[in-house]
Amino acid sequence: MNGVHDMGGMDGFGKVEPEANEPTFHEAWEARVMAMVRAMGANGGLNIDSQRFARESLPPEVYLASSYYKKWFLAVENQLVERSMVGTDELEAGHSLHQSPPLPRGKFTLDDVKRCAVRGSFGREPQGPAIFKPGDSVRAKNINPLTHTRLPRYVRGHTGMVERINGCHVFPDTNAHFRGDHPQWLYTVVFDARDLWGDDADPTLKVSIEAFEPYLEKA
Amino acid sequence: MAHDHDHHHHDHDHEHSELSETQLRVRALETILTEKGYVDPKALDAIVEMYETKIGPRNGARVIARAWTDPAFRQALLDDATQAINTLGHVSRTGDHLIAVENTLQRHNMVVCTLCSCYPWEMLGLPPVWYKASPYRSRAVKDPRGVLADFGVTLPKDIEIRVWDSTAETRFIVLPMRPEGTDGWSEDKLAELVTRDSMIGTGLPRKPAELKS
Repeated sequence: MNGVHDMGGMDGFGKVEPEANEPTFHEAWEARVMAMVRAMGANGGLNIDSQRFARESLPPEVYLASSYYKKWFLAVENQLVERSMVGTDELEAGHSLHQSPPLPRGKFTLDDVKRCAVRGSFGREPQGPAIFKPGDSVRAKNINPLTHTRLPRYVRGHTGMVERINGCHVFPDTNAHFRGDHPQWLYTVVFDARDLWGDDADPTLKVSIEAFEPYLEKA
Repeated sequence: MAHDHDHHHHDHDHEHSELSETQLRVRALETILTEKGYVDPKALDAIVEMYETKIGPRNGARVIARAWTDPAFRQALLDDATQAINTLGHVSRTGDHLIAVENTLQRHNMVVCTLCSCYPWEMLGLPPVWYKASPYRSRAVKDPRGVLADFGVTLPKDIEIRVWDSTAETRFIVLPMRPEGTDGWSEDKLAELVTRDSMIGTGLPRKPAELKS
């Protein structure tokens, strides 16, 4: 979806402000949110792409005005309600009031924490040979789905070059909507900044994205 | 975080007047997930503790220091970072699809996630707020030299800047250039020069003179 989350190349957000000696969390509740989201993902209630889509789907003014973990929290609440794991009556009551569907991998316990430390693999068996190879000239398609996609707006319609093939991966565009892995070849595609931003762009700048095969066409 | 969060699901009504709406809602959700048997709050404690104490930029710094001292490891890291790192006993394992990109005199690499906040957690820990915030995400792909200036970093005018937008499950770690004046240094000492930002590409490693002796 063409949301405010897709902010590559936007102006007006101001300076980057690094914080000296930044703590891991600024508030105790942020840590609980991070842990809940990890746990519910690890045991199959949610997935990484569905969570991203839930954050992108927050109203733009909420997305831009909320801190990072506030977005995580609002999104996970929405997802749990949508997936019928938690009811709005329960959120109001602050307690479980009825039975909910079991998690695919069961309760998240201490035994699951170690597994959580290392990210799972997103590599999958290819369904066919890769169409593109390093050195190929490709154009990012002009697509504007209302659903989840990982093709940022700032490259759409622009021509770049395939630099490397990164294997065959879970396709976020379907996984986000619980419509399966649909594995796709994943490429690093590099663009000249002047092709993206015009003649005034930094002539020394090259920008790459990680592009799934369905995002690309021969140029 | 110094706060005690051993408070999950009981007996805190007396505090509610002092708690923000967000705190209350987060606590309510944890109670609900616990009562439903979805999560054990002790397991949540363990996740938090892991990211507060075990997983952080030290992991990445050790990898970089090894690459600076061991040419075969450097090559292995550039060929397949996940595999190379998982052969090191003293650094915790890292997930698949990690890519190490090397800074040279000709090219400086910088990593961003314009769409969300993708970051090599196992190597660098949880990302800092600025990495996840709009100014960095919006500008890094268009004006990286301006972003570097916000960090007090100026690079030669003719050096190529390569920005890697982490739009999939590949993750990137920058292999910065080894600072001059470090001949014969041990891996441990070199690791002290490797900053988090130097592995994101928004900073450079410390110089030997910047190390507290």
